[in-house]
Parts: sequence; structure tokens; C-alpha cells
Amino acid sequence: MKKFLKLFFYIFFLIPFLPQVYAAEKVEYLTTDWSFKGLFGKFDRSALQRGYHVYTEVCSSCHSMKYLSYRNLAQEGGPEFTEAEAKAIAASFEVTDGPNSDGEMFTRPGKLSDKFVMPYENVKAAQAANGGAYPPDMSVLVKARGGGVDYIYSLLQGYEDPPAGVTLDDGVYYNKYMYGNKIKMANQLSDGLIEYSDGTKATVEQMSKDVTTFLMWAAEPHLESRHKMGFKAIVYLIILTILVYFSMKRIWSRIETKV
Amino acid sequence: MSDHEYTPKSNFGKWFNDRLPLLTLANHLTDYPTPKNLNYWWTFGGILTFCLVTQIVTGLVLAMHYIAHADMAFDSVEHIMRDVNYGWLIRYIHANGASMFFLAVYIHIFRSLFYGSYKAPREIIWIIGIVIYLLMMAAAFMGYVLPWGQMSFWGATVITNLFSAIPLVGEGIVTWLWGGYSVDNPTLTRFFTLHYLIPFLILGLVILHIWALHVPGNNNPIGIDVKKPSKDTVPFHPYIVIKDAFALLMFMIVFAFFVFYTPNILGHADNYIEANPLVTPAHIVPEWYLLPFYAILRSVPDKLMGVIAMLSAIFILAALPWLDTSKIRSAVFRPLYRQFYWILVADVLILGYVGAMPAEGLYLLIARVATAYYFLHFLVILPILGFKERTLPVPLSITEPVLGGSSNLAAARDDSRLEKLK
Repeated sequence: MKKFLKLFFYIFFLIPFLPQVYAAEKVEYLTTDWSFKGLFGKFDRSALQRGYHVYTEVCSSCHSMKYLSYRNLAQEGGPEFTEAEAKAIAASFEVTDGPNSDGEMFTRPGKLSDKFVMPYENVKAAQAANGGAYPPDMSVLVKARGGGVDYIYSLLQGYEDPPAGVTLDDGVYYNKYMYGNKIKMANQLSDGLIEYSDGTKATVEQMSKDVTTFLMWAAEPHLESRHKMGFKAIVYLIILTILVYFSMKRIWSRIETKV
Repeated sequence: MSDHEYTPKSNFGKWFNDRLPLLTLANHLTDYPTPKNLNYWWTFGGILTFCLVTQIVTGLVLAMHYIAHADMAFDSVEHIMRDVNYGWLIRYIHANGASMFFLAVYIHIFRSLFYGSYKAPREIIWIIGIVIYLLMMAAAFMGYVLPWGQMSFWGATVITNLFSAIPLVGEGIVTWLWGGYSVDNPTLTRFFTLHYLIPFLILGLVILHIWALHVPGNNNPIGIDVKKPSKDTVPFHPYIVIKDAFALLMFMIVFAFFVFYTPNILGHADNYIEANPLVTPAHIVPEWYLLPFYAILRSVPDKLMGVIAMLSAIFILAALPWLDTSKIRSAVFRPLYRQFYWILVADVLILGYVGAMPAEGLYLLIARVATAYYFLHFLVILPILGFKERTLPVPLSITEPVLGGSSNLAAARDDSRLEKLK
């Protein structure tokens, strides 16, 4: 019993060290008080709405988000725009549909069921417009990068002048958090770049935080229900474990061997 | 098998049981005499059965929504994560379930190593176990390919390319495995088919594994033969059932923690990037449970020899009942073996760690030393130890863990020592 409990605790103790085994190169990333971390972590609704704002105003001109639909914006656990707002957002985009009965493609305003409109027709077009580099799809970007949210948050604020001795080609920028420090995306954020409708001051830090929160939701749209269900499941398991423990004690008390 | 003849009480039961003795089987399973001193390391057999069933059930549901096509696999996984009701839950259980399965199987294997469960008369149980372990690795590897992320694709490329090390026919075999000239759609569809098939093969082998176990009965922490049924045994139900249930629930708490709070910690971030044959990831790393073997593979400079070393590292386990020459099963009575056992555990953990690191410099050196030690343990230390080691006196039964009248009498009655055996 004691040994078993020990093992149990070792496993829990080891969990935080696991990612470090995978991370071959270690970089200290910036971090902030993410609202979605921890056992009861939830998204900050207004941060998600502001983050969506940053995404559409800044990121979406190059980065697609092909797994998201406009209906997701009104979904529970997301930015939770009202359905009317989400419809209005969808309608502000032109969607190519068809072919119609004449065999012609046509454009119409977007609907809730439409996927987020892509900035480029295809990967080649995206590369051609961005000096050969493909701006990655942002749907699962947070999960596709080793440092996760901290990495994205840091990258957005990591632009600086190259140190002496580092020469950069045309269209290449220096970012201290980028793998190899060279990035083809120019610095996108500057203080006051956009105007938040809720009056929040649009500092670089604030915008980085908001858009990263939005990207986290985009990658894990069911994070809130996962945390909620997880808490219930684990409490249930713990109670059941305690009951089974006492049943076990009772049953084994019929013989003199201890469990 | 139980010694007494079982007859069902009802007339229908008798009629049915005469034609298909299912009730006799059920009776055997509940009455099965089990050594009463089994400790919690013995609960992992039941936990592993749970893992297998969980993987099959969740896998079945995933297969209803997954599309095994190079152009659609990644999208269909995202569809499962976003739009299928509780799809995220099913997928995270399945993905983390593989890790939990391996965690449990490693504990199960190392329990056997410690208590000598592989020794006569249990060699067949052990060998079936090794075959199950091999199939698990195959299933896990192919399963990791299915989401068609970067690590899926490049992992598949690296592992299938190992076959090209075979002289003369190697290249041909690789082309045959791929169904083309690179890892592509035909590779994905056949991996999906095999990934679906293998768990059922494992299920069949698990039944054989348990059947083979029920012939000699369980080994136990003091590693002696137990008369059954006797004062040393308890019926499987309710004693072992309730204990296994308790341990399983503890295990499920850890499992749930991974699924609900850190579902991606055991996976590699690159697998959320869709497979791209034109871009190679900076480091190609297999899942954590394959890392020790990956380290052995990379520690040998020659490709063919590396593959042979890696395979030998697994197959050497099948020869273990004959490599270990000691007549004493349990490490409790083998003071020297006990120390070498823990060195081996450390050695395997070190191999796992360097397997995740780039194969260069100090890491490579450590990997080579650890690989050499791994083989040294099985090929040299174990055979010699059986002859040289002075073992402690072994008790005659579980209830009287003493040799009649020996000076160990007091020591054996000492509670602290008994505690060790449990």
C-alpha cells in the first residue's frame, strides 16, 4: 500500500518535467497570467473578443484559420458573441460559392456555417505573396509550437535590432524567440495599432495577450468543458476510490493478511 | 484449474453447462486460488486489461469518424476534436491511453523481472507477454502515424526505412511496405488497417496469457510454489477483484488527470503540423515509450547493426527464463540480483532520456555505455549471478515464512520484514 502510494506520487511529481525531456533547446519565454490555465481555467471572454479583433485586423490578412467557422464565434466556451453579432461578422466577408444552376461560381455574404475565409487561394499563392515563406494556418498553431502560448506571446514581442555581426537578408527580421532568430514575418504590433471597442488600451503587450488567448481557444475550443468535466470526473473517482478502499479493508479483514 | 468438479444449481444451468461449460469457466475464474500475499505490483495485469478494452472501445468510435486518406486524415482528426460530440474526449482518452498502457506494461514487466515471474514453470506466460509487448509497440507506432502530422510522417519514414538495412532485399521490402516510393497514401491506409487489426490479436494473446497463467497459478512476492487451494491462497473473487478495482481506480485518477488537464504533454507539438514531405522536423523523436530502443538503435554507428541491436534488445527478453540461471525466483532473497535489478532500471531510464536527446557528443557516449550495459546485464551478469550469488533462506510457505527451527525464525516473524514481502 505504502509503496503503491509512493509510486502514485512519483508519477504526479514527474509530470511537470515531461515537456523538458522533449525540449532539446531551452529558451526562456515571456509569460503572463493566462486565465485558462489550472484546474478551473476558463477563457477571459472579453480577451477572446479582443483577440478576435486583433486576428481579423492584423493576422488574417496573411494567416488562414481553416478549421474554424463563423458559428464557432457564438459557441459556448468561446468568444460568445451573440448570434446576431456572429451573423453580422460572417456577413461582412465575401464567400465564393457554387457552382449555381448555370455552372457559374458566385460570391455571396458569409453565413454562420461558413469556414473562416482564407486570405489566399492556396499555399503557393500565400508563399508567392510572402517572399517564399508560408504563413502557417493558425487553427492549431498554439499546439503546434513547443512553447505553446508562451512562445506565441513572446514571439509577438520578441522583435529587436539584430546584434552586431548578424546580417539579415531583405524581408528577414530578427526575433529573439524565433528558432534560429530569423523570421520572415515583420513586426506586426505597435502601441495603438487598433482601437478596442471596449476601451482597453491597445498596447503591444495587451494585443499579444489577447490574440494568443484567442489562438488558444481556436486550438482547443472545448477547453472549458474539458476542465469542468475533468474536475467532476476526478472528484467522482476519488470518492469511488475511497469507498472501494473501505470495502476492500472490510473484505480482507475476513482473513488476517493485511492489504 | 480448480480441483473440485463444478455443477450448476439450476436444471437449465446443468443443461447448458453440459453443452458449453461457460458456467464452469466463470466458476473457475471466481474461485481461482490466488496467493494472498500479492502486493500492488500485481494489480497491473487487471489495469492492463482495462487499458486494452479502453483502447479498443475508444478506437472503434474514432474509426467511425476518422478518414484514412493522406489529404483528409489531419482534417478528420480536427473534425473529431471540434465537431464530433465529445470527440475531443474520445481522442484524448485514446491518445493518452496509449501512454498509460505502456506505463502499466513497463511496471508489469519490471515486476516480473524483480520477482522472477518468468522462471519455470511460467516461461510460456512470459513469452506470450513479450509477443503482446511487441504487438503493442507495432500498434502504437502505426496509431501515431494516423493523425498524419509531421511526426507521424517522419516517424513512419524513419522506422520503415530501418528495413532498408537488410542486405540485398532491404530496398525492395521498404518499397513493398510503403506501397510506393515514399510514405504516402497507400502507407497510411495499410497502417490504419493494421492498427485496427492488431488490438484484436493482442486480445487473443491476452486470453492465452491468462490461460497460461491459470495453469501454474500466480507467482508471488516471495516467489515460492504455493499449494492451491490452501491457507496460502484466497479465491480471486472477492479478494483480488476488490483489490484490483482499488488499484485500477487510483490508476484512473492519474489517467484522468492527463486526459483532462495535460492532454498534449506526452505528444510532440510537431504532430499538430500537417505532414509535409518537403520539410523535415529539426528532431525526429518517437513517443516516449519507444525512446530506450531508439537510443539503442542510434548508439550503433552501422545502420544494420543498429537495427539488429534494437531488435535483440527486445528478443533477448524472450530468452530471459534461460539466461537467468538462479533457481530462486524472488529478488527478495537475492541480495546481489536486487542491486543489479535497480541498476538495470536506471540504465533503461537513462536510455529513454538520451533517446529524446540529439545523438551527438556526450549523449551519444552515454547511450553507448548504457546500451552496452543493457546487454551485459542479460548476457553476462544474469547467467553468472545464478551460480555465484549467496541467496537468503527461502520460506516454505506464505503463512509460515520460515525454515523450521532456523535462526531466521525471529527475523521472519518480525513485522517489518513481513511488510517488505507485501
